Amino acid sequence: MDGGMDIRTQRLVRFVGVQKTYDGEHLVVKNLDLDIRKGEFVTLLGPSGSGKTTTLMMLAGFEVPTHGEIFIADRPIKNMPPHKRDIGMVFQNYALFPHLTIEENVAFPLTVRGTAKAEVTERVRNALRMIKLENLAHRRPGQLSGGQQQRVALARALVFNPQMVLMDEPLGALDKRLREHMQLEIKQLHEQMGITVVYVTHDQGEALTMSDRIAVFNDGIVQQIDKPDALYERPVNSLVANFIGENNVLSGTVETIEQGFCRVALASGGSVVAQAVNVQGPGAATALSVRPERIVIVPDGAATDLANRLPATVQDTIYLGDHALAVLKVAGNGEFMVKLPPGAHAGLGHGQAVSIAFRPEDCRALDPV
Amino acid sequence: MTAAFVAGADAPTEVPLKRRLKRAERARQFKALALVLPLLLFLLFTFLGPIAGMLWHSVDDWEVPKTLPHTVAALSDWNGKDLPDEKAFAALAGDLQAARAAGTVAIASKRLNYVINGFRTTLASTARNLKTAPEPGTAKDTLIAVNPAWGDRATWAAIKSASGPLTSFYILGALDLTRNVDGAIVAAPAEQAIYRDVFARTFTIGFGVTALCLILGFPVAYLLANLPAGRSNLLMIFVLLPFWTSLLVRTCAWIVLLQSEGVVNDGLRWLGVIDEPLRLIYNRFGVYVAMTHVLLPFMILPLYSTMKAISPAYMRAAASLGASPVTAFRRIYLPQTLPGVGAGSLLVFILAIGYYITPALVGGAADQMISYFIAFYTTETVNWGLASALGAVLLLATLLLAVVYGKLVHGQQVTGGMKN
Repeated sequence: MDGGMDIRTQRLVRFVGVQKTYDGEHLVVKNLDLDIRKGEFVTLLGPSGSGKTTTLMMLAGFEVPTHGEIFIADRPIKNMPPHKRDIGMVFQNYALFPHLTIEENVAFPLTVRGTAKAEVTERVRNALRMIKLENLAHRRPGQLSGGQQQRVALARALVFNPQMVLMDEPLGALDKRLREHMQLEIKQLHEQMGITVVYVTHDQGEALTMSDRIAVFNDGIVQQIDKPDALYERPVNSLVANFIGENNVLSGTVETIEQGFCRVALASGGSVVAQAVNVQGPGAATALSVRPERIVIVPDGAATDLANRLPATVQDTIYLGDHALAVLKVAGNGEFMVKLPPGAHAGLGHGQAVSIAFRPEDCRALDPV
Repeated sequence: MTAAFVAGADAPTEVPLKRRLKRAERARQFKALALVLPLLLFLLFTFLGPIAGMLWHSVDDWEVPKTLPHTVAALSDWNGKDLPDEKAFAALAGDLQAARAAGTVAIASKRLNYVINGFRTTLASTARNLKTAPEPGTAKDTLIAVNPAWGDRATWAAIKSASGPLTSFYILGALDLTRNVDGAIVAAPAEQAIYRDVFARTFTIGFGVTALCLILGFPVAYLLANLPAGRSNLLMIFVLLPFWTSLLVRTCAWIVLLQSEGVVNDGLRWLGVIDEPLRLIYNRFGVYVAMTHVLLPFMILPLYSTMKAISPAYMRAAASLGASPVTAFRRIYLPQTLPGVGAGSLLVFILAIGYYITPALVGGAADQMISYFIAFYTTETVNWGLASALGAVLLLATLLLAVVYGKLVHGQQVTGGMKN
């Protein structure tokens, strides 16, 4: 994917310095630069009010950027009305037309384009087959379950082969099991059809499951845009580290920086070696980020070859079936999580003194929270 | 083993359980009934009762049987082809004398006068001139001598047609029909045949006002449903304002505005648009203007509530799927407003065809609707039979319309796809 192809032929959408304000005082989107490649599944991830939906609406044409420009295939789209943008959209509540049957709903984008009747019938049939709802073609949306409505909305947004599909929290109204099933189904559809998808969600698990790349939004700014594994393994700031997955935070002060690593003195005493990712320099405050599965618990007094070792007190253990979590108190942080293999939690009791150990490579020194 | 045990344990408790459930349900039903009982009784006495009374009045025929009972009995086996026999004449003579003594001749003569104009005189003069009971066997000659009308078969046919206890006379009359001497249903004479025209006029005005309300109300309702809450509330106050002033005041305001020396005419003359005052009132134009104004809220409110429920996401979805704003409106928005259009139109139409005060005040003689005639027969001539029959026909037309509407709405019932 990242091969030798020219970026300009790959690039489908380009946001250049886009800003958006509704009230003229507060920027909902602050200076957004974002490229989306052809065939890519990009997720805009962030808490509510972070500007991700506004970004999507600007791309769809329902909101106008206050400043900056959006390009689709290198053409500015400021003056292009939504219905001419050739973008399929799936809404949070599906927005299936209640007075039309499933078949008519899916046929709608074709009939408004004046497609020949025979072709409409053919393509609608194919689309309904794709979502396995051929037998419900003559029902009305109100007679379908949430998951079925979701699939119809998807078929309707895809049936006219748009250059891009936008999805605004499309799975938000479904229960957990159905949501996970639909995530896989959407991912498969994307892979089969090779279509460009821009997906908005506040659910980081959903984003990690489906996306080629994820743009983490907060406070109107893209904090980091990267592949899911990079986002999880190599967050560039504390915000991303905390938003994606479980994260353990230890506060401290940078003492020395050397070859990409720094020694950090913890506020509660003791020191740790960490990757210097986002630190100002010696003397600056920092927040260390360590993932729960990168930490091992060392029985008190036993030796370890891991460079970082800190004393800890067991607060609690949580059994989760395929794994267990130990909640520890480490350097003043009472919610320090360590992932244990199944069965390993049995030997840990409340108040027990242990040690934790982790590699400097697995500990990232980020901006202070 | 376990299953058998459970079944065995269940069997004896099943019946009492059902009974207990029924008892519990009954208590709830009683409570529900008690809650609606006052309204139910109110409706029974003030709405269903009068309607039943009206329907009864439109077919009730009590005047002649009550005042001329023996004549009615004697005519019961009359073939209607020739003059009735001596027995009937004698019975009439006896009845008339009795009625004159009781002072009830006017009751029968009023009823019979509806059938043959001038019957009142015939009956009154006969009763007056019939000093003594005619000798047995001479009643026929005596009566014909007193008034030659008694030698006419039509006179007797009129009495027989009004012999009760039920009559189709008023209902037929309300439809410009009547029975000829032989009892066949024929068109009423041209000078009496006015009600079909009046009904046609009533429905024309009703449709016209409904169409005007829809054309004027639809954009307002759309605006109301799509404005931000603050401005929407302000606009809603303006829509509801007419409800807070009396119907009479509003109608009179239109008279002030539209009369030939009124505000509109003066304004137009001052602007030099016209030289002679336009005739804006006491004609159909005035009726349409005033009635549309009065009935507009009844169109706007159902439309508004329907439009309020249409999520803006539908229009966005349509746009994202490639529909231009006009196409999206026509194919997505408009069909979803149809229940509101239907409800509003039905409401306005039904209210309009019952209108009385407004056309009476701002309309001309040729703009009076059916209610005017109902009121006229009720209060002026006290012809309750015809008033009731006109009311019954109006009620029937309204019910028919409601049924058609119900079928249409049921036929394309819309169930929302949006869960919010």
